[in-house]
Amino acid sequence: MKATKKLGLQTVAFSRPVAIVSSASCVGPLEGEGPLRGSFDVVYPDMLNGAGSWEKAEVGMFKDAVQTALGKGKHSAQSVDFLLAGDLLNQCISANFAARDLGIPMLGLYGACSTMAESVGLGSALIDGGFAQYTVAAVSSHYASSERQYRFPTEYGGQKPPYCQYTVTGAGAMLLTNGQNIPGLAPRITHFTVGKIVDLGIKDPFDMGSAMAPSAADTILRHFSDLGLQSDHYDLVLTGDLAYVGSSILSELLHQSGLELGNRLRDCGLMIFDRERQQVFAGGSGCGCSASVMCGHIMETFKQGKLKRILFAGTGALLSPTSYQQGETIPCVAHAISIELCDDRALGGGTL
Amino acid sequence: MIFLKAFLVGGIICAIGQLLIDLTPLTPAHVLTVLVVCGGVLSGIGLYEPLVKWSGAGASVPITSFGHQLVQGSLRELETNGIVGVLGGIFDLTSSGITAAIIFGFFTALIFNPKG
Repeated sequence: MKATKKLGLQTVAFSRPVAIVSSASCVGPLEGEGPLRGSFDVVYPDMLNGAGSWEKAEVGMFKDAVQTALGKGKHSAQSVDFLLAGDLLNQCISANFAARDLGIPMLGLYGACSTMAESVGLGSALIDGGFAQYTVAAVSSHYASSERQYRFPTEYGGQKPPYCQYTVTGAGAMLLTNGQNIPGLAPRITHFTVGKIVDLGIKDPFDMGSAMAPSAADTILRHFSDLGLQSDHYDLVLTGDLAYVGSSILSELLHQSGLELGNRLRDCGLMIFDRERQQVFAGGSGCGCSASVMCGHIMETFKQGKLKRILFAGTGALLSPTSYQQGETIPCVAHAISIELCDDRALGGGTL
Repeated sequence: MIFLKAFLVGGIICAIGQLLIDLTPLTPAHVLTVLVVCGGVLSGIGLYEPLVKWSGAGASVPITSFGHQLVQGSLRELETNGIVGVLGGIFDLTSSGITAAIIFGFFTALIFNPKG
C-alpha cells in the first residue's frame, strides 16, 4: 500500500494539521539575561536551582517545562497519551528521570540538538495517525551537565576556541492535539521532513556549527523540493543551533544551491544570546536552545500574529565522547517541521 | 636581571604550551603531560638544572620542573640505593607538591561549590 501522507522523498504531510495547544520554556540565568528574556516562562536564578547536582537541576527544569505547558493548556498529565522526550545526557536521564515523576507514557528520543523537531514531528504523527489525542514533546539541555559529559568539567579550566558554542541551560515543552480540538486560529504543524545523516568529515568536537550546517542545508533543500515551494513561502526558516560559524556556512550552501532566503533565515543559537555582550563564543547550542526559543519567543510571536508560516529545522551533532576520542568524524542530522498559523482544516492526504 | 631571565624562560615555556593548545588537537591534559615529559628529558640529559640556575623561578615554577624533579629524585636514589632507587626515589622531591595538591584540592572541594 502506498504511503498516502508522504510527499517526495523525506517529507510527510499531516492530513489535518496538528494544533499546538500550549508551550512552555524554562531557562537558566544567562539565557534569562539575553535578548529573548521576556519570552521565557521560568528563569532560574542560578544553574543549580537548589538541586544537589547539575543533572538533578536539569531533571527539575524538564519537569517544570512540561508542567507549565500543561498548566497553560489547562490539562493534566493524565489526559496526555504520550510524552516524546529527550535530552543530551547518556541514556537520556533528564527526560527519563523527569518522566518517572510525571506519570505520562513515555517514548525516549535521542537526536542530539535536533530532538525538539524530532519529538514534535513524531508527536504530530501519532496524533494524525489516530493513535493519540494529546501528546507532549519536550527536551532539555544544561550547560554544566553537558560540559561534564562532552567536554571537561568547568573546574578543569580548559581553554576553548572562539568558534565553539555555549550549551543553553533550558527546557521546552509543547502540548499537541488533534486539529479538530481547537477549531479557531492556532499555530499548527503541517509537515515534517525527516533528515538524513550527513557527515562531511569534521572531527573537532568544538566545531559543531561547521559539522551541522551541511545536514541543515540537506534537509531544508529537501523540504523545499519535496513540497515544490518557492523561497518566499515561509516568513522564517529557523535553524536550531548552528550559531555564527554554522549559519554562515548554511547561507553559503543554500546560496550555492539556488535557494535565497535572505533575512528569512535565522538561527536560535544566535537569537538566544547577545554575542557582543555575553561570553558565549559563536552562540548557543543544545536541544534546550531551539526548544526554549521555539516554545517561548516563536510561539509568542505566532500569538501576536506577526508570523504566519515558519520552517523549523532542528540540527543535531550525533557525536559521543568515546567516538571523538577514537578519532571518528561527527555525523549530523536535521529534522524540519513546518508550522502555520491557521484555522482547523483538512489538508487531504498527499496534497498541499 | 634575574627577573628578566625568569620572565623570558618562564614566558617561553608557557608560550610553547599555549601554541600546543592553539595549533594542535591536544587537550590541556595532553599539553601538561608533554611539558612534564620534556622537563624530565631535559633534566636527564643535564640541561634543566643549568636552566634553573640561570633563570630561577622562570624554570622552577612551570610544570616542566615537575618532570625535572621526578628525574632528579630517581637519579639521587639510584646513587644511594642502586637500581631499586629509580622507582623508590621518583616521588622523593615532588612528594610535598603532590600532597599539597591533594590536601588543598580536598579542602577546596569541601568548602566551595562549582558555579557552572
